[in-house]
Amino acid sequence: MSPEVTALASGLEEPPAPKRTRFEEAWRLFRRNRMALAGMVIFALFFFSAVIGLALTSGSRPLFDPSLVRLQEKLRPPLSTPHLESLTPEYRPVVGVYLCGTDDLGRDVFARMLQGAWVSLTVGFVAVGISVAIGIFMGGLAGFYGQRHIRLEQLLVTAVLLTGAGLLAAGLRSWGALLLAAGHAWLFWSISPWGLQRRKTLPAGLRFLRKNTLMVDTVIMRFVDVMLCFPSFFLILTVVALLPASIYNIMIVIGLTSWEGTTRFVRAEFLSLREQDFVAAARALGVSNLRIIFRHMVPNAVAPVLVSATIGIASAILTEAGLSFLGFGVPPPHATWGNILSDGKRFIFDAPWLTFIPGAAILIVVLAFNLFGEGLRDILNPRLRERN
Amino acid sequence: MQESDDIVLSVEGLKVYFRSEDEVARAVDGVDFEVRRRETVCLVGESGCGKTVSALALLGLVPRPPGEIAGGRVRFCGEDLLDRNEAAMETVRGRRIGMVFQEPQTSLNPVFTIGEQVAEPLRIHLSLPEPEIRERSLQLLNDVGIDSPGQRLSDYPHQLSGGQRQRVMIAMALACGPELIIADEPTTALDVTVQAQILRLINRLQQSHGMSVLYITHDLGVVSQIADRVYVMYAGVIVETGAVEQVFRNPRHPYTQALLESLPSRKKRGRRLYSIPGTVPHPAYKPAGCPFHPRCPRAIAACRAQVPGMCAFDDHHVARCPVAAGRSFFDP
Repeated sequence: MSPEVTALASGLEEPPAPKRTRFEEAWRLFRRNRMALAGMVIFALFFFSAVIGLALTSGSRPLFDPSLVRLQEKLRPPLSTPHLESLTPEYRPVVGVYLCGTDDLGRDVFARMLQGAWVSLTVGFVAVGISVAIGIFMGGLAGFYGQRHIRLEQLLVTAVLLTGAGLLAAGLRSWGALLLAAGHAWLFWSISPWGLQRRKTLPAGLRFLRKNTLMVDTVIMRFVDVMLCFPSFFLILTVVALLPASIYNIMIVIGLTSWEGTTRFVRAEFLSLREQDFVAAARALGVSNLRIIFRHMVPNAVAPVLVSATIGIASAILTEAGLSFLGFGVPPPHATWGNILSDGKRFIFDAPWLTFIPGAAILIVVLAFNLFGEGLRDILNPRLRERN
Repeated sequence: MQESDDIVLSVEGLKVYFRSEDEVARAVDGVDFEVRRRETVCLVGESGCGKTVSALALLGLVPRPPGEIAGGRVRFCGEDLLDRNEAAMETVRGRRIGMVFQEPQTSLNPVFTIGEQVAEPLRIHLSLPEPEIRERSLQLLNDVGIDSPGQRLSDYPHQLSGGQRQRVMIAMALACGPELIIADEPTTALDVTVQAQILRLINRLQQSHGMSVLYITHDLGVVSQIADRVYVMYAGVIVETGAVEQVFRNPRHPYTQALLESLPSRKKRGRRLYSIPGTVPHPAYKPAGCPFHPRCPRAIAACRAQVPGMCAFDDHHVARCPVAAGRSFFDP
């Protein structure tokens, strides 16, 4: 067959749809948004400098030592050369100059910024990871099982288990253990085949236990409202003041107080996804509920979560910097952008770089994350996509 | 009895109600039908008459609440389906009963490739090794007439046309070799030419795989092409049933007659097309007696008073209309 004939023959079949994956499509749109692209580039730079910074500033003999004190070299401006005659070789900066100057103890601000970048990065990602995990779980629960009711017996079991745990913690071992054991026995009985059989024929006196109380959706979403009512920064301050100061506590506390937005997003997405035909189709294929939630619905719901997570990283970095600035953050020898700023504020007129450099770094990184997040939101939103 | 072994699905007195705060919508109100081995059975009726709800109820997919199975029995190959719990139903859905939905545009998950979606029923029901899953997926896509299936496996749903997507949906329903396929208006959203292809495909697959098909549609043209037997549904009840020739040549129930009358055809050229006066009753406020009596040209006083029973006309041709049968209303 000649090439023309084959071309004709194939032309008679259905024309193939444009061969572009979703990713290519998204990337094409993303590239057009200059601000978002700039945000992504800065995000990448920040990411790499934080990772490299960790390598360069840790270990027993780091290349850049953020805690090396040179009192005779204090408050040197950026790019100034050290007074070589007063320093032994191991105290000299590696690159020959103080790239970002030194602080009031003569510590290299560049090294401290590198160390702080890693703190900001991990705080941002871990805190947001925690909040997104909680958010997807709670939002998924409210969106998928929201119309179910919590039964009185379930409330009672929860109450029994909580009291048991409370008594155990308060030192009343035997009573606590007894209550916990009773609660667990009750749970096991109610999910065992025997219990499931019996529950249809519950004696009339116990029938009230099966009474429906609140809807799952009501419980979760009103709890979200309650959490949102607290000014979260002060809630974090209170919790951090009570807990031992450590970077992990800060990550966890920020994560535990910022999941409400994700929950609302995921719930809203799930409510609409649940009615989609492909969910009904999956169900008709015999796919279990858990698999429907995690394999079919979550991937469709991640778009808004991704956007809010990106912006959430920015606000977590800002919160950590704020806490460190107020002295509630990571304990002192360790540098973070917040405590460099806080230490530098006493010398704001003599050594403005001590406040300017960390301040600008926070500003740029937070701005970059916000721009990146908004760019993501634009490309993931089909209605905006059509306009382009 | 020989005949009862042959019955794949039998539904007796199925009732599905939807409860809201102050009313009960009786979407399906006592439906009986059966599907035999290697048979195509059509469930026909207007929108909102309970066809889809009946099909969903078979698979235990009616959302509860607000839905509720208020009565009846569904026997599939001799087993009662309504008694089964969720976990037991999951082993029936997709494995022994496949379902094809109306909207191929939205019935595929947009974030996964065709290959992953076709493989899903194989994965969850048969737990085969990965190479075999791929081989079977290719075979399935080939069976449903998709060109270059190897390439299509890595495509996303939005890269396929409507007809191709419906073929993929059929492939997924076929994946585990089910005994019964429920097709819920699979061609409604497609062009007429594509519709003909899909109907031929379903017919061919039914022959080659030896399965039964329960085909739900409102399109009488489709029914005449593919069905062996027909059940005509109105307002949640079956009003007429019989072999397709019987029902089409010799409709007995006034509703079936009116439906056929309202089909355009060459004979009626130039004349105004018949349309049934009135509208389908709201499932929560059905008239007493025969649900069709307010729209029925032949209604008599007794139609208002009592729900008519099924009256036999010919061999296996039954309609819920004693008036048409010329019989007293109060005969059994």
